Amino acid sequence: MTDYSQKYKMTPVVGWLLQDRGGMILLAILIAASILIPICSLLLPQSSAFHVPTWMVSLLGKYLCYALLALSVDLIWGFCGILSLGHGAFFALGGYAMGMYLMRQIGDRGVYGNPDLPDFMVFLNWTELPWYWYGFDMFWFAIVMAMFVPGLLAFVFGFLAFRSRVTGVYLSIITQAMTYALLLAFFRNDMGFGGNNGLTDFKDLLGYSLQSDGTRAGLFVASCVFLGLCYIVARGITQSRLGKVLIAIRDAESRVRFTGYRVEYYKLFVFTVSAVMAGIAGALYVPQVGIINPGEFAPALSIEIVIWVAVGGRGTLYGAVLGAFIVNYAKTFFTGVMPDFWLFFLGGLFIAVTLFLPKGVIGAVPAFGSANGQSFLSGVRKRLNAGGKA
Amino acid sequence: MSNVIANAPSNADTMTLEKEGAENGPAVMADAQRKSNRSETILYVDGVSVTFDGFRALNNLSFYVEPGELRAIIGPNGAGKTTMMDIITGKTRPDTGDVLFKSETDLTKMDEADIANLGIGRKFQKPTVFESHTVFDNLLLACSGGRGVFNALFHRLSGAEKARIDKTLTTIMLDDKRDEMAANLSHGQKQWLEIGMLLMQEPELLLVDEPVAGMTDSETEETAKLLRAIAKEYSVVVVEHDMEFVRDLDCKVTVLHEGSVLAEGRLDHVQKDPRVIEVYLGR
Repeated sequence: MTDYSQKYKMTPVVGWLLQDRGGMILLAILIAASILIPICSLLLPQSSAFHVPTWMVSLLGKYLCYALLALSVDLIWGFCGILSLGHGAFFALGGYAMGMYLMRQIGDRGVYGNPDLPDFMVFLNWTELPWYWYGFDMFWFAIVMAMFVPGLLAFVFGFLAFRSRVTGVYLSIITQAMTYALLLAFFRNDMGFGGNNGLTDFKDLLGYSLQSDGTRAGLFVASCVFLGLCYIVARGITQSRLGKVLIAIRDAESRVRFTGYRVEYYKLFVFTVSAVMAGIAGALYVPQVGIINPGEFAPALSIEIVIWVAVGGRGTLYGAVLGAFIVNYAKTFFTGVMPDFWLFFLGGLFIAVTLFLPKGVIGAVPAFGSANGQSFLSGVRKRLNAGGKA
Repeated sequence: MSNVIANAPSNADTMTLEKEGAENGPAVMADAQRKSNRSETILYVDGVSVTFDGFRALNNLSFYVEPGELRAIIGPNGAGKTTMMDIITGKTRPDTGDVLFKSETDLTKMDEADIANLGIGRKFQKPTVFESHTVFDNLLLACSGGRGVFNALFHRLSGAEKARIDKTLTTIMLDDKRDEMAANLSHGQKQWLEIGMLLMQEPELLLVDEPVAGMTDSETEETAKLLRAIAKEYSVVVVEHDMEFVRDLDCKVTVLHEGSVLAEGRLDHVQKDPRVIEVYLGR
């Protein structure tokens, strides 16, 4: 039971953060990790049992980027029912923007030693930088573009789709088509984004070598900070009246229309915000993995994001973060131990979650699941009963 | 053109109807006179036709609702009742005809959100509430006021809004369900909640589609009472199958059949109409 008179008297931010147990835990973990991991990585000697090797820092940083990507998908899917199967596109665009900055930072240290042109352009016999590469030698510009380009694409795409009232599975299909089209476009050499190979061989970021332990730890902390900030923004959106409208759209779109809301504007807003978050995730991802190529646009990857969210628990935000960690850790583990089984495992996981954990792993934890009236066991029981009847 | 709309019944069908009306009683006579002056109507539907894949859902439908009126619309399945609602609320565009709100605003050019904000509230046949929100939040979302995205993002609940929500909760008899999830309400309570949401929109005209479908007898009675109370403040158009309920409403009735008006008047009057009897019993 919520006492609204109490709730609305509190400063909103403090109010909804305190009520959000899962979010508090997530933010606490992020703060602790952003302090402890760099200490364990940089200050403790390698012989120490608590030393965190650099590869681990980067791996965790990569997971954090995936978690942010999952968060962005949960914001639209869990709260507004927009099932985007093309969110990898926004992630990749953010990544390319960062990659372009990192390419320009190489300067004349490339194989061909050209101070202005990245290696692949010299290789293609290009003589000058294409206009759309201008400005990417400036960090702030690349960061702005990493958010602006995905945001703009989402805005235009969303404007057309939502205005024409494309919903449900049709929307999912055209988002797949969108990311596939971008995949094909970025494969082309004359697009000017490195074609098949993408952008790689990065040297440094803001003057710090990308190979150094300190930079790795810094990127890890940045990933923690941005995941935390985006979580707070997403939580703020979902707790506002706008968030209530989004949930209402998810549950009964036409009722919202007949109540006088412009459903398409609400969807457009949250879709664009979500794409910007995905772009930020991409921009943080690229310096930590050291490469961005058209493979990131692959439709299958975008579907995988949805699986992370489903596994973690849709519509909770922190569930998406958890799901991204669980599935990606499993991926790291399986592709290391028995690579042939990874896809089987992923498919099996998705089926199992859909059947037995409709609210994801988070829904299985009674303290979280009961908030929405269904615990893990009752969920299983319900599913089994339903199955038995059928 | 406007001359035609204002002064003359636009097809032979209405013509015969009126002739019969003249024989049948003064109520319909008065109606014919009112048609000559559309400036008094809150809802003016004239000569509306719409065809879906060759099926004529509405065929030259004309009727008029006065401000403050409570009107029941009955008709067998497929008579075009829901299509009519769809046209008034902007979900469907008519092929021909005029739909005017308060005799000046052309509703056929506007979309659902515009029409809702103009002051026309619609209740669906199947109770449609926001199931994962509390009863309170359902009413809050329906609360009239800024519908813009950024307005909603930074909205804080005001005392006046809270007072209005509380008042509506009392009206729809859901005081004690305030913090209950709408999904947990009974069927009848969902219907009331939806009516409450319409009231929160502060509409001038309420369109209510089968409000008592699936309700228990006592709920039906309560609902009739509720709608009669509401009709004191707003104009209400109720689409209904249940004759007992329509009798409880005690208002003027329009009978639809195959997309046009078959008869209009008091319930006991239209029930005696041989064509109404044929339509209702003859098939």
